Amino acid sequence: MSGAIEIQNLKSRDPFAEADEDSGQTTQTQEYIHIRIQQRNGRKTLTTVQGIPSKFDHKKILKVIKKEFACNGTIISDTESKGLGEVIQLQGDHRIKIKDFLVDPENGLGLDEKTIKIHGF
Amino acid sequence: MSSEDPSAQRRASRKSVAFTEEKLVVDADGSVTMVATPNDDTKETAMSHTPRTPPLSAALGAFTDASQAPVDGAADGAPAAENPDELDLSLMKKKKKKVKKEDGEGEGGDGAAAAGGEEAIDLSMKKKKKKKVPKEEDEFAKKLEALKIEGGEGVEGAEAAGEEGEQEGDMDKGTGIWSHDETKTINYDPLLSRFFALLAQKNPDHASTGTRSYKIPPPQCLREGNKKTIFANLPEICKRMKRADEHVTAYLFAELGTSGSVDGSRRLVIKGRFQQKQIENVLRTYIIEYVTCKTCRSPNTELSKGENRLYFITCNSCGSRRSVQAIKTGFSAQVGKRRKMQG
Repeated sequence: MSGAIEIQNLKSRDPFAEADEDSGQTTQTQEYIHIRIQQRNGRKTLTTVQGIPSKFDHKKILKVIKKEFACNGTIISDTESKGLGEVIQLQGDHRIKIKDFLVDPENGLGLDEKTIKIHGF
Repeated sequence: MSSEDPSAQRRASRKSVAFTEEKLVVDADGSVTMVATPNDDTKETAMSHTPRTPPLSAALGAFTDASQAPVDGAADGAPAAENPDELDLSLMKKKKKKVKKEDGEGEGGDGAAAAGGEEAIDLSMKKKKKKKVPKEEDEFAKKLEALKIEGGEGVEGAEAAGEEGEQEGDMDKGTGIWSHDETKTINYDPLLSRFFALLAQKNPDHASTGTRSYKIPPPQCLREGNKKTIFANLPEICKRMKRADEHVTAYLFAELGTSGSVDGSRRLVIKGRFQQKQIENVLRTYIIEYVTCKTCRSPNTELSKGENRLYFITCNSCGSRRSVQAIKTGFSAQVGKRRKMQG
């Protein structure tokens, strides 16, 4: 019992990392990927994906996504998005699909679902 | 990242299910239309479907319970109703569409006491409810349930009349076995049903607190012109949640990716077309994030600015305190007119 506690105490722990709600554990990478939706005129919408890790090639991702979701899209560069990093912007509401894509370990990026936040209605 | 093991995945999914449990927290006034929103499309809201039914059925259930209680009572209702849940448990299920259908059905279909009763009892078993219910199973379960309840009532009634006829009487009027100077020992079952009936009677909102459902008035959305939505009862809702209007407004704007203003009568004018359902979803996430206590799930919390520009939620019922993230707008694309080029 006491041994376990000591070992726990010896672990280096990032106090600024957010605590996991379930376990109280801290997860190191708390860079969320935000998926947002914006209304345009009429029934049109835009989906923006912010915060995809830079180890992925955004251009390639976009290319695949465009084909798969049959929509157009662009990459908003860091300067254009005012320091929010590269943002993928797609035409239409693809929030669910893109989340599935990001999570999918085989045909997608295989990211952790917990790091993804879907915003909007 | 890619090295996430399955356990982490599972944990994630469990968490999201746990969220759904909180979702039901936020049902707006329990009216039937509010409860069924068949085509939500965000993941969370889709997940939230099943749990969202309970409040309606809670109302229904409470009603039926109350009416039935004196007769056959919660005691025999409970074991019967356990069955659908057990059924559910035995099969692992996929949710989404099926759940949606179920919703629609629950709403449109048999407002009969049977369905109501079943779901009402579902409520009490929150833990099991986490598992989603496939449609067929559910339908089947419902039918079964209906049969059971009908059958059960019949049998029960016969029994009651037959072997313990002397145990009858109107509880409310205080006749029969319930009369004041009655010396006969009252059987366990009627006593138990009396207990539940009284409990429900004396605490009309007990069902809601007990099942952690938290009710806010449904947002009233009007369209102003073609491109603006008026959110009429924002102050009322904010008051109910004990949050500053500005905070809620900021959150709404950040989530909806728009802007807006407050008009003369303190109504919120949002740019863009939004339906009540959509606003409702956003409010729901707001409540989960900024209102409910993560420890005890009570909505009785206060949001305050801590010492160092951080916002803290302090729970009034369990005393826990946690920090919440500030509202961030994030990236928003240029919509409409083109930006003026510099230079």
